[in-house]
Amino acid sequence: MTQSASISLHEIQHATEKKAIRHKLWFTATTLVILGYLSFSWIAFDISSLKEKWRPDRAAMFILDTYANKDHVTMQWDTLDDVTVAFEGGRRQVYTEEPEWFQTASDGGRVVSFKNGGLITFYSDEITLDWPGETEVYSFKRNAEGKPYVVGYENRIDELPEWIRQTKNKVEIRPSLFERLQVGTRRVEAHRYKVGWAYFWFDFDSPLRDVSIFKAVGLMFSSERVVPDMSNATLVRTEFLDNSLWNHGTVLFAMVETVFMALLGTMIAAGVGLPLAFMAARNIRPVWIARFLLRRTFDTLRGIDTLIWSLIFLRAFGPGLFTGIFAIAFTDIGTLGKLMSEAIENADEKQREGIQSTGASTIQQHRFGILPQILPVFISQSLYYLESNTRSAVIIGAMGAGGIGLQFLGALQTGSDFENVAYMALLVLITVIAIDSLSSRLRRALIGYERPAQ
Amino acid sequence: MNSSITNLPNNLGRLELELKSLQRRKSIYTVFGIAITALIVVTGIDLANESNATPFSQGFTKIFDFPKDMLVMAWDLGFTRWWARVIEFTPDLLLTVNMALLSTFLGFVTAAILACFASQNICRNKAVVVITRRSLDLFRSFPEIVIALIFLYLIGGKSLLPAVFAIWIHTTGALGKLFSEAIENIDIKPLEGLESTGCSWISKVRFGVLPQVLPLYFSYAILRLEINVRASTILGFFGAGGIGQALSTMIQWRDGGRVVAIFFLLVTTIIALDYLSDWVRSKLIGARS
Repeated sequence: MTQSASISLHEIQHATEKKAIRHKLWFTATTLVILGYLSFSWIAFDISSLKEKWRPDRAAMFILDTYANKDHVTMQWDTLDDVTVAFEGGRRQVYTEEPEWFQTASDGGRVVSFKNGGLITFYSDEITLDWPGETEVYSFKRNAEGKPYVVGYENRIDELPEWIRQTKNKVEIRPSLFERLQVGTRRVEAHRYKVGWAYFWFDFDSPLRDVSIFKAVGLMFSSERVVPDMSNATLVRTEFLDNSLWNHGTVLFAMVETVFMALLGTMIAAGVGLPLAFMAARNIRPVWIARFLLRRTFDTLRGIDTLIWSLIFLRAFGPGLFTGIFAIAFTDIGTLGKLMSEAIENADEKQREGIQSTGASTIQQHRFGILPQILPVFISQSLYYLESNTRSAVIIGAMGAGGIGLQFLGALQTGSDFENVAYMALLVLITVIAIDSLSSRLRRALIGYERPAQ
Repeated sequence: MNSSITNLPNNLGRLELELKSLQRRKSIYTVFGIAITALIVVTGIDLANESNATPFSQGFTKIFDFPKDMLVMAWDLGFTRWWARVIEFTPDLLLTVNMALLSTFLGFVTAAILACFASQNICRNKAVVVITRRSLDLFRSFPEIVIALIFLYLIGGKSLLPAVFAIWIHTTGALGKLFSEAIENIDIKPLEGLESTGCSWISKVRFGVLPQVLPLYFSYAILRLEINVRASTILGFFGAGGIGQALSTMIQWRDGGRVVAIFFLLVTTIIALDYLSDWVRSKLIGARS
């Protein structure tokens, strides 16, 4: 007895050791495969070239532009009276009243003062830069050929601090990200950045330019008209929607279009998919050939994928909502049809039989015996697809169907309106999150519990 | 006993009243639902008819024009020459599949790590759980295309990496949520057993959590891989590379034979992956239960 126990103990020990060795081998093999795959990907995706391709200047501009805006102070050499201060350098966005950071000094120089105490002074033939923390005041002039230079550094450009860059036709001064001075052969430009999205509510030309949004909302209910020929409510609305810098009207309309694309696409998919799913379920339709054909139809619809469907519909309908609606609907008829027919096959037969025993017709059996069982799955899956289709609709839109996707692509391709890119990205994000939380709330309200998404 | 009998008609009356009010509420909900649906449909079709260059009735008859054109061109090529085009684009297809594979793998790893911090039963710090969950939600909400296009712009020149990066982020969000749900549903007893031995948090996760959730993890990841192949094709269409980009070029060139070849490759791959993932998932889930 004792001997057999000790033998089996020995055997157990042996088996455990063997198992441990096998485990170790497996672990090593898996690690090696993963490492091999990663190093293969390193080469296949050319990750080492990323360093050269990466454009830090673009990235810095992009990030700066998304959260800051700038005023330009521009002077043509020798015309000190003609210095203009304009928002983002726009020709139509010139300040008529000079801002408080732009003053005339006693010696006639025009002084731009920066938040950190730095001063840039414009004279008709000289620009000076007095920066806190610097031991000297830098001065920029033009030589006989009209080329700008840094006074005192004519022959020792190498000794300039690294934020002053002298090229043949230009001196570029950038003490930090938030200040910039460009001295060229014909004109001088100083950029003064400030954080925030300027003129977000009302644009530069608007009579409501300097009115805050809260004040504007208050104005809507006051009878004293800002502009005599329209009511304040109309004024606030049109000025907001026609904002030429942010294009709220166009952007918001595009966002609504995208949401409708997803909404209608999903609704069609659900409305068509559910009856088809009944026909494709084994317990409803015993004729196997119909079932088989429907199943393959679902597979094909799904397999062709939203991308190809959108390309096909783009040719048929041209850019517009129908393209997106049908692309989404066609793909999801396949997906929802498959999921639902599986759910119907898994439904409990007893309830249907009970209803059958009362002498109900086939349609009634399905309606009262099966539909209530699969309704929670149907609703939760449809809502889940609505969420993911909102994201798809953005993509289909960018492919040419319109909506926010196309606007986003357009803004990105200008290469300068990054604040608009950020605004639209944020808008899409907020909409997707809103639809997510709305649909999960609806799901909870309708079926009482949250089903994990797939 | 006696009082309940005398109350019976009264109770029945109350029951009937309640039933009626329930029915009324139900019919109100139904009417409300139908009204909202009708409103959405009418507004939507109105919007669509306005925004579309081609009206619905006209467009509908033209649905098959484009596929027909392309198919006719492919048919004129003859099978062998068409098949050569299929072979020609197979490397592009593999590139796209590899993009999806890499981003799914990376997303799997980050999601598996983040999921530990998003599950209340193994991460006791409530603030960490909430923050991790919210960031997972955020990762999931961004459409891939937004991230991909921005990074494509920031990286001068062509590269597959923005797409990989974008899909990676989205996958992290999507899988992270599912993984943390899986962790929250595990059997807590092995964890308690491990805790009694005084082992570290990492060994607790390694020996108490991972063995329970890994089959489910793989099953989710394979479904995700299928979704990601579709996504990486689409991102390729916007210049990320791979078969999507080839498709976009060939459509511009109106090269029907090649377009049909690419469609064929895509559809077969997606359907094959679909069946494969169904099969693997049923095996994994079957092995678990």
